[in-house]
Amino acid sequence: MDNQQATSADTFIKGLWRDNPVFVQVLGMCPVLAVTNSAVNALTMGLATLFVLLMSNIMVSLLRNWIPKEVRIASFILIIATFVTLVDYVIQAISLDLHKNLGAFISLIVVNCLILGRAEAFASKHPPLSSVLDALGMGTGFTFALLCMGSIRELLGNGSVFGWALFADSYQPWVVMILPSGGFFTLGVLMLVINRINKRVALSNARSEA
Amino acid sequence: MAAMTSSLTALWPMYRSLVGLGVICTVCIVAVVMVTTPAIKQNQQDAMHRAIFAVLPGTTTIGAFTYDSGADAFSTVVQGGAGSTLYVGYDPQGQLVGVAIAAEGQGYQDKIKIIYGYSPDKQTVIGMRVIESRETPGLGDRIETDSAFQANFIALDVRLNAQGNDLVHPVELVKSGQKTKAWQIDGITGATISSQAITDMIAHSVSTWLPRVRDHIAQLEQPHG
Repeated sequence: MDNQQATSADTFIKGLWRDNPVFVQVLGMCPVLAVTNSAVNALTMGLATLFVLLMSNIMVSLLRNWIPKEVRIASFILIIATFVTLVDYVIQAISLDLHKNLGAFISLIVVNCLILGRAEAFASKHPPLSSVLDALGMGTGFTFALLCMGSIRELLGNGSVFGWALFADSYQPWVVMILPSGGFFTLGVLMLVINRINKRVALSNARSEA
Repeated sequence: MAAMTSSLTALWPMYRSLVGLGVICTVCIVAVVMVTTPAIKQNQQDAMHRAIFAVLPGTTTIGAFTYDSGADAFSTVVQGGAGSTLYVGYDPQGQLVGVAIAAEGQGYQDKIKIIYGYSPDKQTVIGMRVIESRETPGLGDRIETDSAFQANFIALDVRLNAQGNDLVHPVELVKSGQKTKAWQIDGITGATISSQAITDMIAHSVSTWLPRVRDHIAQLEQPHG
């Protein structure tokens, strides 16, 4: 029982850091680079992806014994595309401005390999509860990564976070940070920092064991 | 025969899964579209109204007219009707403040959609808002955010000539800070193409619309046609 609980906790936690979809698995780079030019856009994109991932994982897991393996990819895409369309309309109903900012990237959640990847690698082989935990973990990890990128880029590129100005008016924004190239810079630096931390942790673990 | 039966049995689960999912997904999407459409329509209308109030300062009520170019006539808007729409703003006394005209054109990245307010009394453009654009953040998108650029459209001279078929002075773009005449638009440094796009859209749109407004001004002055 203890072992089982540890496994389900791990199913959730692995997506947050150890197998983080963005920083470790480097999946779904299109939205990661394209819509993280402000914290609001990044958060919305992250939550939309989390929702689609959660719903598709649940559906795929429930139907995993019913879908023949020959047509599984087509079926998964159909499920994912349906939820993406739902999210697209709901965001339009909530705020047109938000929908305008995210542009085509909401529809492109369909082809986010994170979602199809989790359906294929996890949900099609595990019961619904584990799949929910997996989706929540991966989705939160993805949202967290996007939010990091969005906050850093908005802060440097526009002097604000979530639209709140944090620097004095004399601050000259680095426009490059909210342009596409800024996405690559930020991602590169974040991955550098995260790999460095992981290396140090691994090193100190090895030392304490020795 | 045996081979055929077995291939049919193998096909059935695939057929069932794809068609079944397809039907379920279609039903879900149709349901969501039906539920969200009123809210989306409302949002679009609100955004349009906010833009109209912004480009026609002093307006309290808005009327909408459709122009039929074949008949050269304005009529009150029919829901879902064809033709290009023109919005008219009235002040609390029911006097005409100005007309709001939508225009669009190619920007640096993608199509830009704007709406601008025109005052027939002053014969000037009195406000401009960008409704849709994907211009470069920090450069081209300053057509929306730069207050110095927006100030070009508070009193932009678009007087019609005596025949009423063209402008006395065509609207033109000048380099940032070199505006000397009321019909010139001060461009944005680093966003020449976006500034030029806005200038062209307004120049083109006023030459089409202003003669129509002038010819039908009596009708437009009456709220609700």
